[in-house]
Amino acid sequence: MIDFTLSERDQRVLDYVRSESLVARKYARHYDENEQEFPPDALPEANDFPGVFSLMGKQGPGDTGPVSLGLLIAAAQTWGDYSVRMRRGGGGGLGNAALSASGTAEQKQRWGGMLLAMAITEPGCGSDPSLVQTSAVLDEKTNEWVLNGEKIFVTTGCRAEGAVVWATLDRKAGRAGIKSFLVPKTAPGFIVAHKEKKLGIRADDTAAYVFKDCRIPRDHLLGGREEIPKGESGGFRDVMKTFNMTRPATAAFGLGIARAALDFTREQLEAAGADLAYGAGLHGKSAAADRFHRLEALHEAAMLTVLHASWMSENGKHNNLEASISKAKGGSAVREITQGCIDLLGPLGVSREHLVEKWFRDVRITDIYEGTGQIQRLIIARTIIDYDRTQLK
Amino acid sequence: MISFGPTEEQELVRNTLRDFAAQVLRPAARAADEASELPAGFLDQVWELGLTATQLPSAVGGGGEARAPITNALILEELAHGDAALAVAAAAPSAFAFAIADHGTADQKQRLLPRFCGPKFAAGAVAWIEPSPVFDPLALATVAEQKGDKFVLSGKKRFVVMGDRAEELLVVARNDSAAKSGFTALEAFIVPRTAAGLAIGEREKLLGMKALPAVSVTLDKVELPAASRLGGERGCDARRLLASGRAASAALLTGLSRAVMEYAIPYAKDRHAFGEAIAQKQAIAFTLADMRIETDAMRFLGWKAASALERGVDATREAAQAFAYDAEKAVKIADEGVQVLGGHGFIREHPVEMWYRHARTLSVLDTVAAL
Repeated sequence: MIDFTLSERDQRVLDYVRSESLVARKYARHYDENEQEFPPDALPEANDFPGVFSLMGKQGPGDTGPVSLGLLIAAAQTWGDYSVRMRRGGGGGLGNAALSASGTAEQKQRWGGMLLAMAITEPGCGSDPSLVQTSAVLDEKTNEWVLNGEKIFVTTGCRAEGAVVWATLDRKAGRAGIKSFLVPKTAPGFIVAHKEKKLGIRADDTAAYVFKDCRIPRDHLLGGREEIPKGESGGFRDVMKTFNMTRPATAAFGLGIARAALDFTREQLEAAGADLAYGAGLHGKSAAADRFHRLEALHEAAMLTVLHASWMSENGKHNNLEASISKAKGGSAVREITQGCIDLLGPLGVSREHLVEKWFRDVRITDIYEGTGQIQRLIIARTIIDYDRTQLK
Repeated sequence: MISFGPTEEQELVRNTLRDFAAQVLRPAARAADEASELPAGFLDQVWELGLTATQLPSAVGGGGEARAPITNALILEELAHGDAALAVAAAAPSAFAFAIADHGTADQKQRLLPRFCGPKFAAGAVAWIEPSPVFDPLALATVAEQKGDKFVLSGKKRFVVMGDRAEELLVVARNDSAAKSGFTALEAFIVPRTAAGLAIGEREKLLGMKALPAVSVTLDKVELPAASRLGGERGCDARRLLASGRAASAALLTGLSRAVMEYAIPYAKDRHAFGEAIAQKQAIAFTLADMRIETDAMRFLGWKAASALERGVDATREAAQAFAYDAEKAVKIADEGVQVLGGHGFIREHPVEMWYRHARTLSVLDTVAAL
């Protein structure tokens, strides 16, 4: 049945998350302007808040599915402040998503409780991870992998306890030679080089790593399959599956922030006497009201593509295409929405006394990380035209 | 519960309409456009599907099924995928009959609805749009003045679909005693085509949707008994009336956009330039990808509005969002469709130029159909 209503349980959980998010918002400006500091895991005002999952309870009839509700929760968190993501404990990192998608049962058991970052990007490769230069060589004497290379833009890289690191067993093998490794921070030769300085999401730490003869036990290869498959992509496709879960989530993060900008804009405009009621046609409302309505519609449109992708996932449907659609739509929508809110607010929008200018900076990453808008369009185009990667480059 | 899954029954209806649109609407669309006429027998053929009667009360001879805006959104998307002009013609009886079913008094239903449950096609017409270039659906120049137990209607209407053949027109007007604009000022009246002072004007000559019979209507002090007011003394729910129209247009625009996309993709794979198919070039491939992204978004916005209507809650916001967004994107998609086909997009041998005209026309009409 096609339905967009939230059950009482859904609504209760989301209201709760929003009230907790507002606590984080109090700290938003501070950690934006003091990038060298890390927000604490627990904020004093939020100490009494129970974990959100304990509130969710079991999914009853009429309740929204766990993946979709999870994304609504994520959006409600970033609505408060993106830094709320920083407060996730073990299990909440991007590396954890890779672990649950591709790890062996034993690996999931052993690593699942840790906060794991995902280290893919290198100084010389971003959107095309098949160019990964970081190498992994097996030392048969000690039964250890030896990693050498550099990684940049590692989300939550400073605070993570370990990372899923992409490295190649054989550069000549291209994509097929790339494997992921579970690397704890305690491994010898694992160096956190520095924290990146960014346009936005400054509270979310982003690290650069160096691996210098970094040694890890042989069983730390994610998924455990050491052979290089003969086919063109091999285990690479497996690893890319991670993105079917993280892409709609990334869009949801951005849309939560964009919603905050819309809510603030409506509040300010209405307080100043603007009529933002829906109903009238183009000639029955101000240009500003029409602009605002279009931005809200854009937000709704993007959020619905996100929920479509998550609904497919929780119903066991393959959602590679829909994940990319939601990421492409969300990534461009949040840019347009926050840019537009500043238009509507004028000087108020660019003043650092308010958070709109911060939200404008914070959302910009949405269309870049987890695959740029262009990469998403490449995936979408290949799927709908029915081309492989050699036919559409 | 957030869910995007149509019910089995809805899937069945959707598949039936998809086939019908492919077999009946699409092949007839070009000739109908060129002739500015509906295909002979078309309305009777659609009538057999029972799109209107199914959802009318059994007390008036209807199918007695609950009114189903979501199912109707699925139906309109499929019909418009065949052809948008023929889709609006097919849905015209519902625009009138559903308004009576949703807002009418028991007497109005008993008097007007049995005709829509019979074996023969019955036309219905809704007159809302006005000729002013600054027309706003909430601020009408057509006025209803209450004089004793009568209403007197005066004003001009345009783009009245099926106004040339409907026995009754549903005329939306501003209550003279109310504010100049806003939902509370709106009333709808059931006006017989034979009423003194009512003049059916010229057939509209349109850019797109040319096969659709639409006329202008003039009301010159048309006197109506009080019982002609839709909903009787309590009036109608104007918010719902408008939301239903806008959500219907959103569904139509989605189907039209999907048609463009599904035509452009195989064309771009077939057409070669500089040693490869033009679909292999990112400039074209990304354009096609954007068509897919936006048709999904358009559909979901329409579904959300339909879902609010189906639950009986205020759908003003959802429907306004769906219509505004879908109208803008439908024009954009059809425009890009022409561009992907290049010169062939401009030639009337392909349907894309027609769809571009359809999109531009339909995207300014938000009260020509209903869910």
